[in-house]
Amino acid sequence: MNSNLLRRGFSNLMVGLMIGAVLVALLPLVFILLDLVLKGAGSLSLEFFTRTPAPAGESGGGVAHAIVGTLLIVGTASLIGLPLGIAAGIYCAEYPASRLTAITRFVADVLNGTPSIVVGVFAWAWIVATQRHFSALAGSAALAMLTIPMVLRTTEEMIKLVPNSLREAALALGYPRWRASLGIVVRTTLPGIVTGSLLAVARVAGETAPLLFTALGSQYLSFDLNQPMAALPLTVFTYATGPYEEWHRYAWAAALVLILVVFVLSLGARLATRRRFELNG
Amino acid sequence: MTTSATPRAHPGFIATPRASLTPRPPARTPGQRGAPAVDVRDFSFAYGSRRVLRRLSFGIERKSVTAIIGPSGCGKSTFLRSINRLNDLIPGIRHEGDIMVEGTSVFSPSTDLVRLRQQVGMVFQRPNPFPKSVFDNVAYGPSLNLLVARRDLPDLVERCLRQAVLWDEVKDRLDEPGTALSGGQQQRLCIARALANRPEVLLMDEPCSALDPVATQRVEELIVELKRDYTIVIVTHNMQQAARVSDFTGFFDRGELVELGETERVFTSPAHERTEAYITGRFG
Repeated sequence: MNSNLLRRGFSNLMVGLMIGAVLVALLPLVFILLDLVLKGAGSLSLEFFTRTPAPAGESGGGVAHAIVGTLLIVGTASLIGLPLGIAAGIYCAEYPASRLTAITRFVADVLNGTPSIVVGVFAWAWIVATQRHFSALAGSAALAMLTIPMVLRTTEEMIKLVPNSLREAALALGYPRWRASLGIVVRTTLPGIVTGSLLAVARVAGETAPLLFTALGSQYLSFDLNQPMAALPLTVFTYATGPYEEWHRYAWAAALVLILVVFVLSLGARLATRRRFELNG
Repeated sequence: MTTSATPRAHPGFIATPRASLTPRPPARTPGQRGAPAVDVRDFSFAYGSRRVLRRLSFGIERKSVTAIIGPSGCGKSTFLRSINRLNDLIPGIRHEGDIMVEGTSVFSPSTDLVRLRQQVGMVFQRPNPFPKSVFDNVAYGPSLNLLVARRDLPDLVERCLRQAVLWDEVKDRLDEPGTALSGGQQQRLCIARALANRPEVLLMDEPCSALDPVATQRVEELIVELKRDYTIVIVTHNMQQAARVSDFTGFFDRGELVELGETERVFTSPAHERTEAYITGRFG
């Protein structure tokens, strides 16, 4: 009887500790969101989304140039990075014994742990320095370089979850290896791959460091990937470090917009996984 | 059938004449139905340095059910997966000898794997329908290389589902994912999927081991039904099942074929001591 009480007490204690840990983990997130909304929401207006910045010293204007810039830079980065990352991930999952897989996996892990500013420096040295001008494309290349290893690893892990029996079923029906892989294995994991991709894109969308000396940032609305371009994280950075009080408020608002973009992407990832066929086995 | 003076060996009986085996009783001669559908010729198989199958030589009779029994790790599944070369994916495999399916070599370099695997269907231990609709599961095989015209697919799917005695249960849910069916239905769906390729040989690797008794019974009835049209090789751990569904039974032990004969004979008067020990439950 006594030991039973003890056991239950211990169980409750552990559950309590874990709830505490969850709260501690959530707290910063809640504070960040609250802070952003309190300090940024006031500056949000239709103008903020549709106008480019007013000349320094004047009030008004918006961050349309940065929103467009982020979409363009991140979109281009995804266009380059996602197919490469996914394809390499499929290869690594399908040919786990190959030496190329071992090398690729190692390089991807190293890249995943590389500070993003290093990738930015790399893109600067190879693209900006050789072209002799900053460009959105250089920023996209840097972001793509960050996307590839992330997507590669998640794709590989997702595909590894597919029971081998499914692959064998397709092979036993006479399907050649590559069609079994693409038609059955990859199709089955598609929701997972989409999720991994969206999460990678969401993470990369918030990167500032790799854009600092590649896309550089700009005060004007631009669609030319070969020129410097604004991006939300860069705008937050410039405004937050700027001298004007209004800039600081705009920095908060831009940060809120950035969080919203990331939030929408993550939400999309969640929705993509919800409608997943159940795997058997 | 006329009685000939010298009893001709039945294809299902061409077990390796091996010195190590005790002499077989004189072979009875069931109806001779021509060359074996699957002819195993001095076939050995190894994973790296581990020999799994040793010099198997026997034939499997057309349009009959041959059960392969034996203790775990005796090479039953490996043998089954050699017939459609599903072991190919495993690195470091080696083989000697050959297996002929309907007269064509399985291991010859000129073998068309796609054709071989259309000819030899397979049903797995655990039901493994694709995460596609019931219809697409069945249509998946034939749609490879466009074996049938697209407009004929619905007929084919219906015919195969009927053959697998599943049609009445799923005819209104062809669009639902195959994975949403019950375990027994899934396994019959997998059988229908294999039949859609119009195979000549059907390999079944413990097809009922993941099913409940009722589903097992349905699948067993189906197997007996299917042998009118197909040559069936079934690996099973369940000796009652072997006795119920099969015409011939082969007993594997440590990679060797100990004996192969008519099921009734193997179970009532096994020729070899090891067989008797296994089927009476003294080992394995």
